[in-house]
Amino acid sequence: MRKLNASGKMRELMASYYMLGHQAEFNAWITSGAPVELLYAMDIYPVYPENHGALIGATKLGSHYSEFSEKKGFSRDLCSYARCDIGCVFAGTSPIGGLPKPTFLFACNNICNTVVKWYEVLSRIFKVPLFVLDMPFIRKELKESHLRYVEEQLYDFIDFAEKITGRKLEDSRLKEVVLKSLEGVRLYSECLMTARNKPSPMTCFDAFVNMAPIVCLRGTDHAVSFYREMKEELDERVKKGVSAIENEKIRLLWDNIPVWYRLGWFGKFFEERNACLVADTYTNAWTGFGVLKGDDIISSMAEVYTLSYLNIGLDRTAEVINRLIELYDVDGVVMHSNRSCKPYSFGQYEIQKKLNVPAVIIEADMVDERAFSEAQIVTRLEAFLEML
Amino acid sequence: MISAGIDIGSITAKCVILKDNRILGYRIMRVKPDLELTAREVLKDTLEIAGIRREEIDVIIATGYGRNMVNFADKRITEISCHAMGSSFLIPNTGTVIDIGGQDSKVIAVENGKVLDFVMNDKCAAGTGRFIEVIAVALGLKIEEIGDLALRATEKLKISSTCTVFAESEVVSYLSAGEKIENIIAGVCDAIAGRIVSMASRVGIRREVVLTGGVAKNSGVRRAIEEKLGFPVKVPEEPQIVGALGAAVLGMRQV
Repeated sequence: MRKLNASGKMRELMASYYMLGHQAEFNAWITSGAPVELLYAMDIYPVYPENHGALIGATKLGSHYSEFSEKKGFSRDLCSYARCDIGCVFAGTSPIGGLPKPTFLFACNNICNTVVKWYEVLSRIFKVPLFVLDMPFIRKELKESHLRYVEEQLYDFIDFAEKITGRKLEDSRLKEVVLKSLEGVRLYSECLMTARNKPSPMTCFDAFVNMAPIVCLRGTDHAVSFYREMKEELDERVKKGVSAIENEKIRLLWDNIPVWYRLGWFGKFFEERNACLVADTYTNAWTGFGVLKGDDIISSMAEVYTLSYLNIGLDRTAEVINRLIELYDVDGVVMHSNRSCKPYSFGQYEIQKKLNVPAVIIEADMVDERAFSEAQIVTRLEAFLEML
Repeated sequence: MISAGIDIGSITAKCVILKDNRILGYRIMRVKPDLELTAREVLKDTLEIAGIRREEIDVIIATGYGRNMVNFADKRITEISCHAMGSSFLIPNTGTVIDIGGQDSKVIAVENGKVLDFVMNDKCAAGTGRFIEVIAVALGLKIEEIGDLALRATEKLKISSTCTVFAESEVVSYLSAGEKIENIIAGVCDAIAGRIVSMASRVGIRREVVLTGGVAKNSGVRRAIEEKLGFPVKVPEEPQIVGALGAAVLGMRQV
């Protein structure tokens, strides 16, 4: 696979992001699907345990840090991000020396309900306040009552954060952050969309590696300039006809969180078989966080974050995947049944039936390498490629 | 045109030599820790049975979970494609293949020998050949005795555990409760059939349903599957070699 220069820059950017967290006056640990714009608008530094979990997975230390929580009685069936994050707290360190102690915690359950209990545990360990932003699950249509429920909580959250920090949320500052968030998401989406080209200039592995800024730095200039530069690099590849893999014959879509400790292995496996995973449902989930409808920021925020990818019913999920299948013109879907992520993996067999192209399901875990059985995965994937 | 298919499974290795769509010979043997050596041995034995020399073979295809260890093969193809092809070669209107091997069980939707869709068990020996082996040992029986004993059952005892290890202790507790061995075995066969038929429902069951793999030789499991499906299944004369046969057929078409 041809490496993107962007990935090197991303590493530097994220290294300084983690470092600066230790210097911030106030920081909040936040879940990946929460409206981070509110924190940036109040100069509260956001810290992402999930991103930290992915980083631990990528450094192949998942089971090592999980065992710190397992020894304390946390079940191996619990999400491996949660196990690693809590494990690092018990271990007192991590591959990046641990996360800074939080001023408060901000959990939004639009991605899963594990985060509620996970953050309650953190709240007890650190003895800091926790705010849970409770999102109604949108099985079918989004209703006015849903929005009102979320909006009220967003105002409650602002009060909560103002009280703890003694700072006021300024409307003008919020607007500024939201506009940067919009711009970041727009450029990020454009990067992903370059994979519509045949051959594709990027793979979903490039997307996974370079997604940290849109998650952690959404609403800042850093994300905007990072994705602007990445877009230029990808455009340049398209112009010169440079493809991500040597010989793209089959185009595929990945579903679910990646297997972080096997990114390189998967990349090589598919490239050797002339298959390119051009896109994925996971990184595409963040393309939805950039819609601002009308002037009311809080009400737009309520809508956008309530309709997050993992907070909608199976029919809608299948619709989203079918849209991606069409958009990226893929021949098949590789679905990772992720032992850790129940809301993402639940229903995959049902969704598979609703898709417009064939799909294969492989079982693994995003961070815990003990749940990866290579021979079985190879057979399923090879048989799937033979079938296509 | 002579083609050899070698299927290195988790418990047994199979080899089939095919000449112009006619089986010249086949051999089934226990897998040894050295898979490459196992492959050489099973091929050598089959050559003797077929009465031909190694040089006469035009193409060798390896399949099975040990396929990547067969370095002398011309090509490696997954057992899924091979079972689909092998079944269709023997039973031309094959619509579904149910293969229960030593470590894997899989259901393949097939049309004209091509794979339409497939589903496999994952990370669990329940419902596989290994499961029956474990139970046979617990009951002090030979694996070949299991099937016929099941047919003599007067009732099926419920094996509720989905785990091989726990099912084994369930079987042992039935034994100590004085239950008849044949009724316990009928329960075991029924549990395997239940698992495989619900897996089959996921890809959709289309006739003819062909049963392959070592477990297809077990009449108890076969009958339990037929009861659940509500119609008879087809079992090739030697169901264990279907993967190797499919590999050989695919080899014929490669050249």
